[in-house]
Amino acid sequence: MANSTTPASNLPIGEQAVRLKQMANEIRFSAMTMTNHAGLGHTGGDLSSSDILATLYFGGILQIDPAEPTRPERDRFIMSKGHCSGAFYSTLSFKGFFPRTQLSTYMDPLSLLNGHPDRNKLPGVEANTGPLGHGLPIAVGCALAARMRGQGWRTFVLTGDGELNEGSNWEAAMTAQQYALDNLVVIVDRNRLQQGDFTEKIIRMDPMASKWIAFGFAVEEVDGHDHAALLEVFSRLPLKSGKPTCIVANTIKGKGVSFAENKPAWHHGVPTREQLALAAAELGVEISQ
Amino acid sequence: MSTLPAQPETVAAEKLYDCRDAYSQALEAMAAADPRVCAIVSDSVSSTKLKPFSQKFPERFVNVGIAEQNMVGVGAGLANSGMVPYVCAASCFITARAMEQVKVDLGYAKGNVRLCGMSSGMAYGELGPTHHSIEDVAWTRIIPNLAVVVPADPIETAAVMHYSLNHQGPMFLRISRMPVRAVHTEDFQFTLGKANTLRLGNDITLMANGVMVSRALDAAESLALLGIHARVVNMSSMSPIDAEAVLDAARTTRGIVTAEEALASGGLGGAVAEILAVHHPARMRILGVPGVFAPTGSAEFLLEHFGLTALGIHSAALELLGER
Repeated sequence: MANSTTPASNLPIGEQAVRLKQMANEIRFSAMTMTNHAGLGHTGGDLSSSDILATLYFGGILQIDPAEPTRPERDRFIMSKGHCSGAFYSTLSFKGFFPRTQLSTYMDPLSLLNGHPDRNKLPGVEANTGPLGHGLPIAVGCALAARMRGQGWRTFVLTGDGELNEGSNWEAAMTAQQYALDNLVVIVDRNRLQQGDFTEKIIRMDPMASKWIAFGFAVEEVDGHDHAALLEVFSRLPLKSGKPTCIVANTIKGKGVSFAENKPAWHHGVPTREQLALAAAELGVEISQ
Repeated sequence: MSTLPAQPETVAAEKLYDCRDAYSQALEAMAAADPRVCAIVSDSVSSTKLKPFSQKFPERFVNVGIAEQNMVGVGAGLANSGMVPYVCAASCFITARAMEQVKVDLGYAKGNVRLCGMSSGMAYGELGPTHHSIEDVAWTRIIPNLAVVVPADPIETAAVMHYSLNHQGPMFLRISRMPVRAVHTEDFQFTLGKANTLRLGNDITLMANGVMVSRALDAAESLALLGIHARVVNMSSMSPIDAEAVLDAARTTRGIVTAEEALASGGLGGAVAEILAVHHPARMRILGVPGVFAPTGSAEFLLEHFGLTALGIHSAALELLGER
C-alpha cells in the first residue's frame, strides 16, 4: 500500500499506475467487505469509482493532509455520489483520516459511518451527500470561495451519470461557466448504469461530453480504470484557463469483480462470504483475519 | 368659522418602513467590516434590494440566475470554505423550491448559511398563491439546527442581521416587504430564542411575529379601552422558541391569542400549542390563514380578508375571555 505521506508523483508514471491499481483493488475489496458486513450498500458504484478515488488520493493529485483535515488551503473533494460510501470511506481511512478499524462499523447502530457521508462525523468528508445533485452546487460554492479569498486551492467533485438526471447539476454547471471557475473539476463516473437499469434505457445521457461542452466546460474523456491516463489528465488541470473542467471517466459498474460487472442488480447488490472470497482472488487482495 | 385644533403629535401619521431596506443596509455595513460576508441572489437583485451591495462589493456578489436549488448549495459551499453567505431571494422560492438543500446542505450538514426569504407571507398578494409564502415558517422551523427568525420591524431586522454574522449554524430570516411601523426602540438588542414582551398585562396574552406585531399592539390598545390588560409578546424567534415565555403567559394570563401572516397550521400558533399541550394546557386562539390558498388581492386586503388585523385580534381575545 502507498504511504500517504510519500508524494506518489515522484515515481515514474508506470510504477505509480501499478501501485494505484493495487490500492484501487484494496479499496474495492474493503468496500465489498463493508457492504457484506452491513447487508446493505451500493457495491456496483463503489467498484466503478475506486480507480478514480485511488488516483486522486494516492496519485498526488489532491493537496490534502489527514493530519490537518480542515486546513483552509486544502483542495476540496466532494463525493457527490454519496451512496458509494464504501469506496469513499475506505479511501479516506487508507489515506489516514480515521482508523481502519472504523470501517468494520459501516452502517452499524450509532456508527460514524452512515450509509451516506456526514461531514460532521468524519474528517475528510466535505459535504453531506446522498440525495443526488447536491455535490456540484456545493463544489461551485467552494470554488467561488477560493476566488473570493484569493486562494489557489482547487475543488474536485465526483458525480454519477444517473445522478446527472437531477437538474440542480445543470444549474450549477451554468454558474460555473458564468464565473469561469477554472479551479473546479467535475469528474463523471460514466458507468452507464443507475438504480433501475442502464442509463440510456432510463434517461438518455449521451452524448455526455457534448452536454458539458455546451455548458461551457473544457472536457476530456478518459478510461476511468486506466490509472496512467487518469494521472495524465489530472496533471493538465485546468484543461483550459478560464473554463471549468469536466472529465468524463468511462467506467464499468462492478469493475474488477466478474460476477458484478455491468449487471444492473449490483447497483445495490451485496456480496455473500463466498462471493467475497471470489472477489479477493480476482482482485489479487489478501483477506486479512 | 372656527379653526380646527392643531393635530397632536401622537396621532400624526406614523412612519412606515420596508424591512428590506434595514436588511440591505445592514448587509452592506457588515460586508464593509468583514471580508467573509458575501451575497448570493437568483436574478433577484432588485427584489432583494442588493443593487448597492453588488456595486460596492462586486467580487463578493454572486448571481446564479433563476436557480434556487443551486443557489442554496452554492451558499453551503461558500460557508464550508470560510465565507459567511447571505442567500437572498423571494421566500416562496428559496424555501419550497430548495427545501431539500435547506434540509440537507444547511440543517443536516450545519452549513453556516443565512437564508434571507424576502417578501414573505402575502406581500405579493396580487400575484396569487404561487408567490405567497405562507408555508415557509411551518416548513423551516421543524428542521433541526436551522434557526428561524421573523422580525417585526426595521430595528429588529437590522439587529437580527448583525446578530447573524457570528451565529454558528444556518439561519432563515423571513423579511417582509409590507410596510410596518417601528415597534422597538433603537436600543433594542436581539437574542436568539428570546421572546420580547412589548406590553405588560395579565388578562390575556397576544403573541405575534412579523407584520402582525404592530397589529397586536393596536389590539392591546383597544382592549385597554374595555379595561382588559393584554400582554403583547413579539415571538420573532421561531426556532429556537422561547418556551418559558409561552408557559409564563399560560400561567399568568387567561389565554393566548397567536397571530401570524402565515398558515394557521404549523407556524407560531402550532409551535405555541405544542408547548402548551405537553406542559400547561391553556386556552388559545390561532389566527392565520386557515388551511386554504389565499385569493388574489393586495396584501392589506388579504390581511383583512383573513381577520389578520387589530380588530381580528381584539375580537378573538374577547371571544376567548368570554368562554368561561
